Amino acid sequence: MIDNLQLLFVWAPIINIQVILEGIFLGAVFALSAYGLALVWGVMNIKNLAQGDFVIMGGYLSFALGAYNIHLFIVLPVVMFIMFIYGWVIYKLIIKRVIDQDMFTSLLATFGLSLLMQQVMNLIWGPEVQIIDMELPVYDAFDGFVTIPLIKIISLILAAILSIIIVIFMKRSRTGQAIRATAQDPRAARVLGIDTDKVYAFTFSLNSAICGAAGVLVSVIWVIQPFYGITYSVRSFAIVTAAGLGNLPAVISAGFGIGLFEKYVGAILGTAYEVAAPVSILVIVLIIRQINMRRNRQVVR
Amino acid sequence: MIFKYAVAMVTAIAVSMAGFIGIASAKVEGDTITLGSSISLTGKYATNGLHTQRGYDYAVKIINNAGGVKVGGKSYKLAVKYYDDESTPARGAQLAERLIQQDGIEFMLGPYSSGMTKAVAAVSEKFGVPMVEAEGASRSLFTQGYKYLFAVLSTSEQYLSTAIELAADKASDPSKVKVAMAFEGDPFSMDVRAGVVDTMAKYGMKAIIDDQLPADLSDMSTTLTKVKALKPDVLIISGHSKGAATAARQINEMKVNVPMIALTHCEAAKVQEKFPKAANGFLCPTQWVEGLSKSDPMFGSAAEWNAGFKKDYTSYTSVPYQSAQASAAVYVWAKAFEAANSFDQDTVRDAISAIEMETFYGDIKFSEAGNNIAKPMFMRQIDANGKYNLVETASDMTYPRNVSY
Repeated sequence: MIDNLQLLFVWAPIINIQVILEGIFLGAVFALSAYGLALVWGVMNIKNLAQGDFVIMGGYLSFALGAYNIHLFIVLPVVMFIMFIYGWVIYKLIIKRVIDQDMFTSLLATFGLSLLMQQVMNLIWGPEVQIIDMELPVYDAFDGFVTIPLIKIISLILAAILSIIIVIFMKRSRTGQAIRATAQDPRAARVLGIDTDKVYAFTFSLNSAICGAAGVLVSVIWVIQPFYGITYSVRSFAIVTAAGLGNLPAVISAGFGIGLFEKYVGAILGTAYEVAAPVSILVIVLIIRQINMRRNRQVVR
Repeated sequence: MIFKYAVAMVTAIAVSMAGFIGIASAKVEGDTITLGSSISLTGKYATNGLHTQRGYDYAVKIINNAGGVKVGGKSYKLAVKYYDDESTPARGAQLAERLIQQDGIEFMLGPYSSGMTKAVAAVSEKFGVPMVEAEGASRSLFTQGYKYLFAVLSTSEQYLSTAIELAADKASDPSKVKVAMAFEGDPFSMDVRAGVVDTMAKYGMKAIIDDQLPADLSDMSTTLTKVKALKPDVLIISGHSKGAATAARQINEMKVNVPMIALTHCEAAKVQEKFPKAANGFLCPTQWVEGLSKSDPMFGSAAEWNAGFKKDYTSYTSVPYQSAQASAAVYVWAKAFEAANSFDQDTVRDAISAIEMETFYGDIKFSEAGNNIAKPMFMRQIDANGKYNLVETASDMTYPRNVSY
């Protein structure tokens, strides 16, 4: 560990740039799936444990389309569209029935959905790790010490464009306003003539589409496997817990923050601890929240 | 009174029926010896489970076509009873118990993977049922003092230690060789690591990077960043096929230029197809190679077994070693029955233990602990065309890796 610290800050500080870049690329993908989770959680109070599996499903769809040599810029919207429809079907079949139930029912339902999706993906595509290589150039800088693959830059830009579109959509469009109104007070929204059932269905499908987009990016920059969903679920939960619900800028910055934190933990303690990093953040945030709340809590004796 | 008689009659019939069924499902009935195996046909090991099953089936076919197994002057055919263990150890143990207790199986073939073998071996050992396994390489299987477990394959600590030997051969002063290691934390990869560390200690080599990889590995860029900064002479990676796939992808992306890179599961991850540029010069260990100069009277040479297997299962362009070792396990059974000339479990067990033979898969001789000590691990190097070439001595190896990104 001391060696790694020395390496990072004394011997070869240049590699910090690589670590920071990797953290940013990672954060961009996390931010996408975390925002979808925050949306569903905030609007419908459903904690979607299958979030990561939606991401992986998006990855596999892009893998399947990639077999036909379709360009990434076409694959992305097509996968988002398929995932939107899929989200709609899942809402009508499962989520609609558990939305008014207590928390455990929805947790169980989405957990079951997660297992089902993993196994179906395993049946269709097999348990082997899958890779999509776009064969795009890799740029290097600083004597080859820092390498930046073009595909990661493209992914970062795509993620940025997507989140800008989502922000504008939520702020400006009628549907976006209806979603925000329903999130604030579903009863009042219903009184004012908003069809909350439709809003819920749309929100869940939108989340599914966002996850699909994240999945496409995951599949072109890392590797996918049917059982990898859980890590994306855990990271999304950590980010949402840290950032709060319904606050896109906070979610995005928390995404980047956790991405960077993960990479530095990896560089200093070893790659195995990267996955532990977001979970430890989750614990720290919960403890700090608890302390703050206790300070404000008043006890009636 | 009549009622009492009726009850007695029914009981008698039931008892005799049970006895009859018991005989009908025993391991050797008529002229057939039934071996039992729980194997992963669904779940995460499904692909390799199928390779294994096909290896078993192919060997059974060949042995039966050659007249079967002669015991006590009579010819017996071989058959295998399979159950799908769904790639979960708990289910594997359950099915092993079912094979032994309900189906009366007295001789077993192994499941796929070390974890599953560990679960099944605990059961077969309890009932004193001998098991010849072909797919569990973990060293920890052979430190339990199991008496009825035999494995035809090389154990996992041998997987990459050959790479260290090769590096030592190439260096003028082996103790100056700098090694970077990245291993997953699962039992298999930890075994591989233990073998590497032992061999490094033998030459006094130093590990300048020693990272552990997570189970859900999809990004090892931080490890590779350190590799680029510290410039080791050898990079050793083990993390199943996801480790190989991730490593190849990111070695390619980050233009990692280490003169020697050795990693497990290259074939499973198809690194030579996906990242031909980065994979050029990768050293990959394998249990068996089709060009091996070993043979036996049943299957012929390694190449002949390979050709025959491909003819039966036309979907393979290159046959995985998992199938070859599965066939070898069945062959061990056939030899053991003939040597024991009996179906008594302990006599057969002793016959397996005494086996010393050459097969198309390599030499087989079991240690006291049950692992095969006669067969070495083979090392192959990927060339610029994505072909795997056998590396027998350091002079067969391209060093440094001839790579241009």
